[in-house]
Amino acid sequence: MSSKFTDHKGRPIIVVTGMGAVSSLGRGIEDNWNALTAGQSGIHQIKRFSTDGLSTRIAGTVDFMEPEEISAPGISYAMADATTEEAIAMAGFGKDGFPGPLFFAAPPVELEWQHRFDLISRSNNGEMGYERMLNSAQEHKQDDMHSRIQLGTIAFRLAEKYETRGLPISLSTACASGATALQQGIEAIRRGDTEAALCVASDGSVTAEGLIRFSLLSALTTANNDAPEKASRPFSKDRSGFVMSEGSAALVLETLEHATNRGAEVLGVIRGVGEKADSFHRTRSSPDGAPVITAISAAIEDAGVTVDDIGYVNAHGTSTPENDRMEYNSLHAVFGDKIHETPISSNKSMIGHTLTAGGAIEAVFSFKTMMEGLIPPTINYETPDPDIPLDVVPNESREASVSNVLSNSFGFGGQNACLVFGREVA
Amino acid sequence: MSSNNNKEVWITGIGLVSCYGEGAAHHWEVLGGKTAPEPIVDLETVSPYGVHPLPEMDWSLQIPRRGDQRQMENWQRLGTYAAGLALDDAGMKDDADLISTMDLVVAAGGGERDVETDEAIMRDAVASNDREALLLERLPSDLRPTLFLAQLSNLLAGNISIVHKVTGSSRTYMGEETAGVTVIQNAVSRIASGQSSHMLVGGSYNADRPDALLPHVLGHYLYSGGAEGVHERQSNGGGMRMGSVGTFLVLEEAEHARKRGAKPYARLSGVSSDLGSREGEKGISRLEVMFEKLGGRPDAVISGATGVAQATAYEYSYLAEKLGTETPVRAFQTLVGQPLEATFPTGVALAALALKNDGFYAPFETSEVAASNPASSILVTSVGHVCGEGLALVEKA
Repeated sequence: MSSKFTDHKGRPIIVVTGMGAVSSLGRGIEDNWNALTAGQSGIHQIKRFSTDGLSTRIAGTVDFMEPEEISAPGISYAMADATTEEAIAMAGFGKDGFPGPLFFAAPPVELEWQHRFDLISRSNNGEMGYERMLNSAQEHKQDDMHSRIQLGTIAFRLAEKYETRGLPISLSTACASGATALQQGIEAIRRGDTEAALCVASDGSVTAEGLIRFSLLSALTTANNDAPEKASRPFSKDRSGFVMSEGSAALVLETLEHATNRGAEVLGVIRGVGEKADSFHRTRSSPDGAPVITAISAAIEDAGVTVDDIGYVNAHGTSTPENDRMEYNSLHAVFGDKIHETPISSNKSMIGHTLTAGGAIEAVFSFKTMMEGLIPPTINYETPDPDIPLDVVPNESREASVSNVLSNSFGFGGQNACLVFGREVA
Repeated sequence: MSSNNNKEVWITGIGLVSCYGEGAAHHWEVLGGKTAPEPIVDLETVSPYGVHPLPEMDWSLQIPRRGDQRQMENWQRLGTYAAGLALDDAGMKDDADLISTMDLVVAAGGGERDVETDEAIMRDAVASNDREALLLERLPSDLRPTLFLAQLSNLLAGNISIVHKVTGSSRTYMGEETAGVTVIQNAVSRIASGQSSHMLVGGSYNADRPDALLPHVLGHYLYSGGAEGVHERQSNGGGMRMGSVGTFLVLEEAEHARKRGAKPYARLSGVSSDLGSREGEKGISRLEVMFEKLGGRPDAVISGATGVAQATAYEYSYLAEKLGTETPVRAFQTLVGQPLEATFPTGVALAALALKNDGFYAPFETSEVAASNPASSILVTSVGHVCGEGLALVEKA
């Protein structure tokens, strides 16, 4: 039952008709794209809070939004609102709301130290600590604080404001969350649950404690605190950890038929998705890379293409010693030596690791890569790692006609999600 | 597309831990008798808020490696444990082929904090004139590195993958009670449409902690009286009482289960959900649309009512109007407490248990009407204490 609206497996072809992005490089897709293709870094010294004495004092924080509160939920919502608005406007949905559900990759939110200090300052009753905070909360109802730390709140607010359909979904697969949000939209459309899906991811969780937690896991680079733009060095021999960052992206997915019928411009095609969970370790991948290899292979198979059709790989490329080596080994296992001639770059060299939002932001940049015929570089590539002989599009963007992109996302907890995007419907 | 969405979804395994103990059969024994048990409420741990506590647990029974146990906090141990029970119950535990292709969907919250460390820092902060500097000095040395992993929402799923080797796929949903609705709805949709053949779905919540209760006190949602049930609390302003519960279900495409000789507890024949304003009649109107989507006539209800006044009021007025006051409704939070993300999976599990055992539950408090016949079709509800609604229809298979 193949038709011009169905793919090689008879499923509805899914296209992207709207996108929005915010990162430390700026607000909106155009500002981001211009900076990204100019090889600019958004990483800087942290000004939001004091970093005296910390081993990592840099991040890709987003400091130019105007959140209701400087906190993870406040910043995450402000960015998600901005990218959703941009994506929906681009897709051409207006006053009648959005004709499908919301899938939101939600950042970790909880009470922060500012809230704890606020609570204990409002009461003198009970022992200092949780007893005092519980008393304080009982004495003074805190509706705003309550609402912000509910894990569903950001999605609920977006759903209400943009009038998406049904119960919005908040999800987390750690650093694969952005890709998982897209995957949920893809699956819902393929099931026939909906003809359109709004997929949003946002993470504004650079707090002192958040930074320290990642530091304690030895995940962050401690080099280049004085030259922050040099700190994220994916695939380089001297890479030493990732840079924590903030950002958001939104993508409007719909069936080709739905987009065609309403005369929407098609920005790109979602061809396939692959996933495989890893049971090896909470923070590390299986040494043999088997789950990642399975996820990449599954995405390519699902897309109905071969490795020869992949013209560019948008890497997970976190700049940790382990991830980048594992990602290369897994790609090599799937692509063979063809991977050595396939351009691959890491947007994280410029925007850092946007955690929950990464997979979605990198999806937006992947579509732009195909639309503009320009591959963003991997910056700070000065000392190649001989064990990772890849064409990382070093330091300067490159003109190239790319028909299909593979985008990888991996997260703590054994999460691996890979996506294949295409430029043209056919 | 609807022709692709008609595969039958069976519940073939239940893993349940609550204040009454563990195991599906045990819960039917305790809750399914001629009279309901007394609520087990700990009024001391986080006074004045009662909680339904964790029972005595030997984690090693489902989490054999001490190293794995050490890497988790109790909400993760509870969920990982319940997941193991569900796999055992479904007869899948030792089947590497089934486990490694099984899809995992978890409803999770934000994890637990190190209460002692938080309190030590707060005590010193009061005496300090530079709290920011104090935090930067203390957090790097006082926070346990592994604690972070006990706080990441998706690390319950991660631990289930590590301990039980469930690795087909792994997704975690959040959003308080709606997370539990989403996991069940997502699993049913995927199995019904052929996207998955067998899934492990559920969630867990650990209530015995001040850091878990604090968010709800901020919004004044907790009940601070005694051990009163969901209905009895209404005359006292309402409110919810949190409960430590871990619930996981094995959901399976019927043909897949038949081929391996597995018997169903029940059939999950439909799920619907929504979100919106509760002003005036809006909440009731939404429940009506959701109910009609299910397309069935339940003869009993397992309600996830929390006791929070507004949410409980419109749910019950809808149920009475739609099903009549003689249809037995059981608000299970009266007995096991409010397990937040695990609410909806727990309701589905209790419904499935009753159907398998050809019975229903005796009233959980005096205002509930007795059942005159065994149930054959049970409506499961979850009206979130703040927002969101879910309904499921669980029927005899």
